[in-house]
Amino acid sequence: MKVNKNDLDPRQVANGIRSRVLDLSIKRGGGNLSQACSSAEIMAALYTRMMNITDLEEPLTPKKFVGAPSATNKDSFTGDDYNGIRGPQYDRFYLSPSQYSIVLYATLAETGRMTNEGFNLFGEDGYVIEHIGESHSPGMDINGGSLGQAISQAAGIALARKLRGDTGRQFVFLGDGECQLGQTWEAVQAMCYRQLDNMVVIVDENGQQCDGKIDDVCGCVQLDKRFEAFGCKVVKVDGHDVDALIEAAKVKEEGKPLVIMAKTSPYQGMDVLKEKGTRIHYVRLTQDDKPKFQACLDKLQA
Amino acid sequence: MERLVKVYDTNFVKWAKDKPEVLSLSADLTGGCEIRDFQATYPDRFYSMGIAEQNMHSFAGGLASEGYVPFIHTFAVFIYRRSLDQVHMSIAHPNAKVRMVGSVPGVTSPAGATHQAMDDIGVMRTVPNMTIIECGDATDVESFFPLSEQVDGPIYVRVLRGEMPRLFNTPMAINKSRMLSDGDDIVLLSSGVCTEEAMRAVHAIQKQGITVHHRHVTCLKPFDDQELMDAIKKSKHGVLTMENHNVLGGLGSIVADKMAEQGIAQKLYKIGIQDEYMHGGSKLYLMKRYGLDAMAVVKKVEEMLDKTLNITEDMLEDFHFELMNDDTRALGV
Repeated sequence: MKVNKNDLDPRQVANGIRSRVLDLSIKRGGGNLSQACSSAEIMAALYTRMMNITDLEEPLTPKKFVGAPSATNKDSFTGDDYNGIRGPQYDRFYLSPSQYSIVLYATLAETGRMTNEGFNLFGEDGYVIEHIGESHSPGMDINGGSLGQAISQAAGIALARKLRGDTGRQFVFLGDGECQLGQTWEAVQAMCYRQLDNMVVIVDENGQQCDGKIDDVCGCVQLDKRFEAFGCKVVKVDGHDVDALIEAAKVKEEGKPLVIMAKTSPYQGMDVLKEKGTRIHYVRLTQDDKPKFQACLDKLQA
Repeated sequence: MERLVKVYDTNFVKWAKDKPEVLSLSADLTGGCEIRDFQATYPDRFYSMGIAEQNMHSFAGGLASEGYVPFIHTFAVFIYRRSLDQVHMSIAHPNAKVRMVGSVPGVTSPAGATHQAMDDIGVMRTVPNMTIIECGDATDVESFFPLSEQVDGPIYVRVLRGEMPRLFNTPMAINKSRMLSDGDDIVLLSSGVCTEEAMRAVHAIQKQGITVHHRHVTCLKPFDDQELMDAIKKSKHGVLTMENHNVLGGLGSIVADKMAEQGIAQKLYKIGIQDEYMHGGSKLYLMKRYGLDAMAVVKKVEEMLDKTLNITEDMLEDFHFELMNDDTRALGV
């Protein structure tokens, strides 16, 4: 049951991502709902159109954890096989805020890369499909999660691939809250200095971080101007407009990393989430909440 | 006693010649870490990363995941203290073949507390997958390069810069310390720059009829050297460790762990930095002030034996082989 990504409608995929994340959150009593709301179109556009990656012959099911990589652990693996064949012409995907892991897993499930049974293993002890994914988790092959590090690692990979003559690009999904970190700017500085135009950074500008709204926590202003000042090519889009996202990924300026600033809403497609206020990084759903969120899910699935 | 300069750079250039996968990264300390020759010889394999250690670490992790072997250079203190999370998640967790080369550890930095790594071994020891090496002479620095080829994973190495002695004629090895003198009155284990001072002391102590089983330890993790442990077992008056590091967490603690595991009931004495911050000054001044010199060994051995050895500073001076030469010693910060 091979799925051709070009046959998929990114809007439907986005809808499916929200549905899957909401469904699982209702079942488990909570989840990263705001992340699914803000990034569903971005993830859907990435996996259906923006990235040059191969389709899978058949969807995969998350494996059991076999121990962290080490010199003696020959069984350890990464989750990059969910992203298709490795090859010089193919793009790579790097999720920086692993707090979005469930959104990535839902995307893989919606695009024929992960089985339904596999997706439902989310958070099961002993499996690699964890709440905060690691290099072994589906769709990943480096450690994000400790914020600010994935962009640097991807830049190192971008340089290595440039030296080798690969034409594939590195797509890094970045949170806007992460732009408070010093390392993010160390990385952007290095990317621009090394002219890594095979880097594409997509910033999910949902204005949210763990403690609440970015504006209420510490602020993180004028990101587009900051990226530009460092030497990036910046494209600003509505992050819920898949056509705009797809077009943005086609922008190329020699010698400049591309940054797509995707303005999003953390409540998109889930109005009921507004009742939870602004601290919606991880949303707990009580028995009282569940009927309202179930109604929202029914609407999404209709 | 032969003394050499530019040992790291010269040997790095020589060793990396036919190894296109070997890259050199620097966090704005190319002169301070002595890699200017590498930069000049292989400009295409040298990457200046600016004053941005966290990015350098993660970037190197990315390069390693694509098959390169990056050697990252900065002062030892900035490798672990400024960017430990990057050491963990971008390098050690994926077991990446990144070589973290720490320059001027402890008293070898003249630049004070900001620049003096003194708990790096203690910290790096607790990082899974990490191999830890400390150099004590020119042969150690030279032989680090071939040794690194045996390690499929990250390495943290404390190197020496500037002028250094050649104390040994055999290469360093994983899990194997070098025996410098034999005896069973006491066991003395020294590492890094302390070994040169320890050798001066042993020379004088043995003249007093005390036999010393002295070993130079280069491989701090893994630490599985049964000959060393057997020597401790046989010692009549216990074991003395001597390190350019806080007495908490380094060689002394490593040996203590091992002794406890093997049930070796010997008294352990430690020479090292006594859990305090130092300040700026020359290596010899700091070693004397913080009790890491030959006389500190004599005093500790007297304590172990509970007797006076009648060794004076001038007797140690006779065996002093450090050249006090401003041209070769002071390279600045």
